Amino acid sequence: MPERVAIVGVGHSDIRSITPGVSYKELMFEAATRAYEDAGVNPRRDVDSFISVSEDFWEGTSIFDEYVPDQLGGALRPVHTVTGDGIQALGCAAMLIRTGRARIVAVEGHSKHSDMRTPYHIQEFAFDPIFNRPLGAHPHYLAGLEMNRYLFETGTTREQCAMVVRKNRSCAISNPRAVYGARLSVEDVLASPPAFYPLTELDIARPADGCFVMVVAAESVAGDLAGEPVWIAGYGWCTETPSLESREWGEAVYARLAAQQAYRMAGITDPFRDLDFAEVDDSFSYKELQHLEALRVCRPGEAADMLEDGVTGPDGDFPVNVSGGSLGVGHLLEATGLHRVYEVVLQLRGQAGSSQLAGVERGLAQSWRNLPTTTGCVIILEKG
Amino acid sequence: MSVNIKEWPGTALGSKDLEEGRVLTVRHRVRAEYAWDAGVAIGRYLRELKAGRLIARRCRGCDRILLPPRMFCEECFRPTDEWVYVQDTGTVNTFSVCYVRWDVARLTEPQLPAVIHVDGASPGMGIMHLLGEVRPEDVRIGMRVKAVWKQVEEREGAITDIRYWKPIAEEVG
Ligand SMILES: [Zn+2]
Repeated sequence: MPERVAIVGVGHSDIRSITPGVSYKELMFEAATRAYEDAGVNPRRDVDSFISVSEDFWEGTSIFDEYVPDQLGGALRPVHTVTGDGIQALGCAAMLIRTGRARIVAVEGHSKHSDMRTPYHIQEFAFDPIFNRPLGAHPHYLAGLEMNRYLFETGTTREQCAMVVRKNRSCAISNPRAVYGARLSVEDVLASPPAFYPLTELDIARPADGCFVMVVAAESVAGDLAGEPVWIAGYGWCTETPSLESREWGEAVYARLAAQQAYRMAGITDPFRDLDFAEVDDSFSYKELQHLEALRVCRPGEAADMLEDGVTGPDGDFPVNVSGGSLGVGHLLEATGLHRVYEVVLQLRGQAGSSQLAGVERGLAQSWRNLPTTTGCVIILEKG
Repeated sequence: MSVNIKEWPGTALGSKDLEEGRVLTVRHRVRAEYAWDAGVAIGRYLRELKAGRLIARRCRGCDRILLPPRMFCEECFRPTDEWVYVQDTGTVNTFSVCYVRWDVARLTEPQLPAVIHVDGASPGMGIMHLLGEVRPEDVRIGMRVKAVWKQVEEREGAITDIRYWKPIAEEVG
């Protein structure tokens, strides 16, 4: 049996729609200080390795890895960057620990979205230069294509997608980390300006700035630290094709396969029964439903029924995005996965304040690397 | 292995083929524009440059004076404690002489980038800048230099508010 690995400390900076008063380094220092305090570790002495998630084009500096160590306490120490989602970095941290190379690893992810003046042109730069960029439309149209096919295949309606927005933005009101808490009706969502059919403006999560840092530790040392450990029971990630011409538009295949890996590791055979709640990607309203089906929490086409029946609501049998998700909290670029994990950790520790769910033992966080990617990550976390 | 291949399959392309549009070429100029928030430390540093001063932060943990200033000490991993003005004089730690421009043209008047340890900051702390009013052959490591500032009305709160650093007389003893 390889050694168990736990998240033993979590911290975050202020999360806001814009953060003009601080640099990304100051944002990271704030989150890191809180995470180390929570874990009761001194990074200069106790942390063996540091992992940051970032993408050079989001930062505006190439080889961004080099700018990370100082504000994390990682100067003159092993540091590397994962150009992916935060859950991938948590997986890397767990593997570093299981190889015996490290006992304590710090993982960092941040969004300084407001530093970008042309974020959607940068997103467009991720498109294939020969086949797709010449067509020239705003990159969000990919989500419109996907939503349209998903609704077509499953019979889910735009009204039901609007209910996701209503649920998550309402949940966000009780989450102090959330930027976009609001009471909205289904009609508000449907009547907001059409954006990329079938999406309206309110179907799309808006960006936010913020940073999350987590301390991951081996079981052999976790007991000696201050933070209450939450165990990493399984993780996985997967990338489908980059080809827009031939990818699966209706189903989130990447999430299904990533979940299979995580479930196998965690010994989960019936996700609805074996898990108590989940934080899943909802960067566009329909994504929450599409992802729940890919995660096999329900069968294809049934996620909207679960939502309508209140099963995935905060008082339901399988609460989803009780934090408010990306629709309610704001989308945090590559830190989005770490934000979802953070919410799961607080729930399992019983520290989620007025959003606290009763009697939760095991939860799932799932992320997607947003347009135009087909990369998704899943992590399963559990109590003692 | 490739040495054994005498004749390569396919059609060789020349610049003419590209110029005459016989080959598909795609040009994409990425619009990647940023407006980085300077933050507390660098924000103040730039504001002080506009006022013709260099400012640093002291860390009481290691008793260093950090330049450029930062709100956290990377050695102690704690917030730094106070603002400290430092001098606009210093010592050349290392330099280079740039004879070649971006487009690989030769420069008749080479540029002189240098790392300058600033007086009043801790050892190893300073500024990355340019040297001026000095012939390349006269520059040496350990040379004493002083900032040459732009006129007040020309300054904009940028590293270029200092035009360059020029040699000054060595103190005796
Ligand atoms: Zn210090």
